[in-house]
Amino acid sequence: MDLLSNLALGFGVASSLANLAFCLIGVLLGTLIGVLPGIGATATIAMLLPITFQLEPVSSLIMLAGIYYGAQYGGSTTAILINMPGESSSAVTAIDGYQMARKGRAGTALATAALGSFFAGSVATFLVAIFAPPLTTIALKFGAAEYFSLMVMGLVMSVALAHGSVLKALAMVVLGLLLGMVGTDVYTGAPRFTMGMNQFADGLNFVAVAVGVFGIAEILRNLEDEHDRQVMTKNITRLFPNREEFRQMVGPVLRGTGIGSVLGILPGGGAILASFASYTIEKKVSKNPGEFGKGALAGVAGPESANNAGAQTSFIPLLTLGIPANPVMALMIGAMIIQGIVPGPNVVTEQPALFWGIIASMWIGNLMLVVLNLPLIGLWVKLLTVPYYVLFPIIMAMCSIGVYSVNSNPYDLFAVAFFGLLGYIMSKLRCEPAPLLLGFVLGPLLEENLRRAMILSRGDPTTFVTRPISATLLLMSLAILVLVFLPQIRKRRDEVFTESDA
Amino acid sequence: MSTKPKDGTDIAAGLLFMAIAAFFAWQGLGLEMGTSIRMGPGYFPMVLSAILFLLGAVILFKAFGRPDDEPIGRFAWRGILFILPAPIFFGLTVRGLGFVPALFFTTLIASQASVRMRPLPALILAIVVTIMSTLIFSYGLGLPFRRFGPWLPL
Repeated sequence: MDLLSNLALGFGVASSLANLAFCLIGVLLGTLIGVLPGIGATATIAMLLPITFQLEPVSSLIMLAGIYYGAQYGGSTTAILINMPGESSSAVTAIDGYQMARKGRAGTALATAALGSFFAGSVATFLVAIFAPPLTTIALKFGAAEYFSLMVMGLVMSVALAHGSVLKALAMVVLGLLLGMVGTDVYTGAPRFTMGMNQFADGLNFVAVAVGVFGIAEILRNLEDEHDRQVMTKNITRLFPNREEFRQMVGPVLRGTGIGSVLGILPGGGAILASFASYTIEKKVSKNPGEFGKGALAGVAGPESANNAGAQTSFIPLLTLGIPANPVMALMIGAMIIQGIVPGPNVVTEQPALFWGIIASMWIGNLMLVVLNLPLIGLWVKLLTVPYYVLFPIIMAMCSIGVYSVNSNPYDLFAVAFFGLLGYIMSKLRCEPAPLLLGFVLGPLLEENLRRAMILSRGDPTTFVTRPISATLLLMSLAILVLVFLPQIRKRRDEVFTESDA
Repeated sequence: MSTKPKDGTDIAAGLLFMAIAAFFAWQGLGLEMGTSIRMGPGYFPMVLSAILFLLGAVILFKAFGRPDDEPIGRFAWRGILFILPAPIFFGLTVRGLGFVPALFFTTLIASQASVRMRPLPALILAIVVTIMSTLIFSYGLGLPFRRFGPWLPL
């Protein structure tokens, strides 16, 4: 069977000594930054991106992917032990996980999170392997109009899945698109919005924007009020769940995996939305919903499985269409482009070793995480006692090195400071940064495909609605927009998000 | 409490979006618009600016007659004062001073953003970070940085 030989190829690539090492480095780094609150996967990958340019394309993508799903594991440890999400996707885990820790079941909660994540990760990796190739054959039929409509749908989804005001998220997307216009126009070579500085002729540096909006803004938010953390370390006694607890886990883990796999594919949400949705559903189907918020095992097992499944399946749109589902995937696109790989449906056929190698490495990485995390839990917990005021100067040093090493342009560092301030002000005004970054990445692609489609159709804008795939995608975008503005849905959406903020 | 309720955060957000849109539109005036068959470099940005301006206006308009559900909170002034200059300093000095001194001062500046950081630990931290980064990035990964630049009498 084709799938088997492909997987064999993938495992062959991923299990070379060098790639195993980079996978290990990736998941260790991921766990580390996942455990430490105040530094997210997006900012870390943005900072490390330039350093991976020296590596082979496969190795660098394997490592970056490892950081991403490693952070999902690490985030749950912090959530359970100090009631503070190390990663935003673990926010829900904190609700019941921390209560379990207070009742002396920290070990069980940690093990549940790790095992659930491993199961979900394995299943979702398999799904990526099955569904990615057929999707690419569809994607190969895409013309400029279809790509334009697909990107519109991606941006609309990111708006629908953002926290808070839909209007503000829309505005952030448009702002991101505008920032993406900075640089030289591809068709005419005219400089745009560079304000006479030819350092910006190649556009704003993507790493600088990402580090500024996510990394620096996050540090500034954390510095608003500094307070001590309380670590629940003394309670880790028994790690492995007993048979009864295993029985309780099965349902939530299976449901979480399903929800996560589906939601991960959708652009904009990925892991974060998946964990929120899973928690809501577990609460609905539970026989005693009163347990939730007081240390329900299902409240840890479901969301943790869901966020890990979502983290894996969000690679599907990236690998098949070259469209990022979330900011981390946008960074992966950046990494591929700089490595000379054009993301999109051609990756499977032209770079089978890369494609299947990444997929196989995800499974290996998940296995490493489960093996590493349970015995090493004590070490990660110790890390939590490192005070924040020691961490952020280190982060700032890494930011500066990382951004500068992209193309040794000092202006990129000025851009970091500028976007740090902009990101901080925007977060103070309760505007989400994720839609902005997606808009920024997709902006140039969106414009190029729009202009190309218009030339091909000789200026007839109906090309977007007369081509069936394009029309379907646009209709779906419209439906999503109408849905989020409908009063009832809006109320539900607010509920989901407030519940997770509690 | 003022007599008429209004959402201060959204007023600020709306105005900011409108200002940014106006700025982009103004900067884009000199760009060729083209026709919708052959769009010029100014076409798409101008459309986007118009949309952003409209969205900003709607956010602003809707902010009136509704109370602020969450106050804007404190600003991390000390953080802004020390965190933001750190990368700028690095950018200005990395070529002149070289990687090692530039990184040392960058870390030192950034560490001052916290009220909890004492002078001596800050110094030790900056030294450790500089040594480790030089070992990892310059020697280990072989990134092409000048360790000590021409500004130094070495």
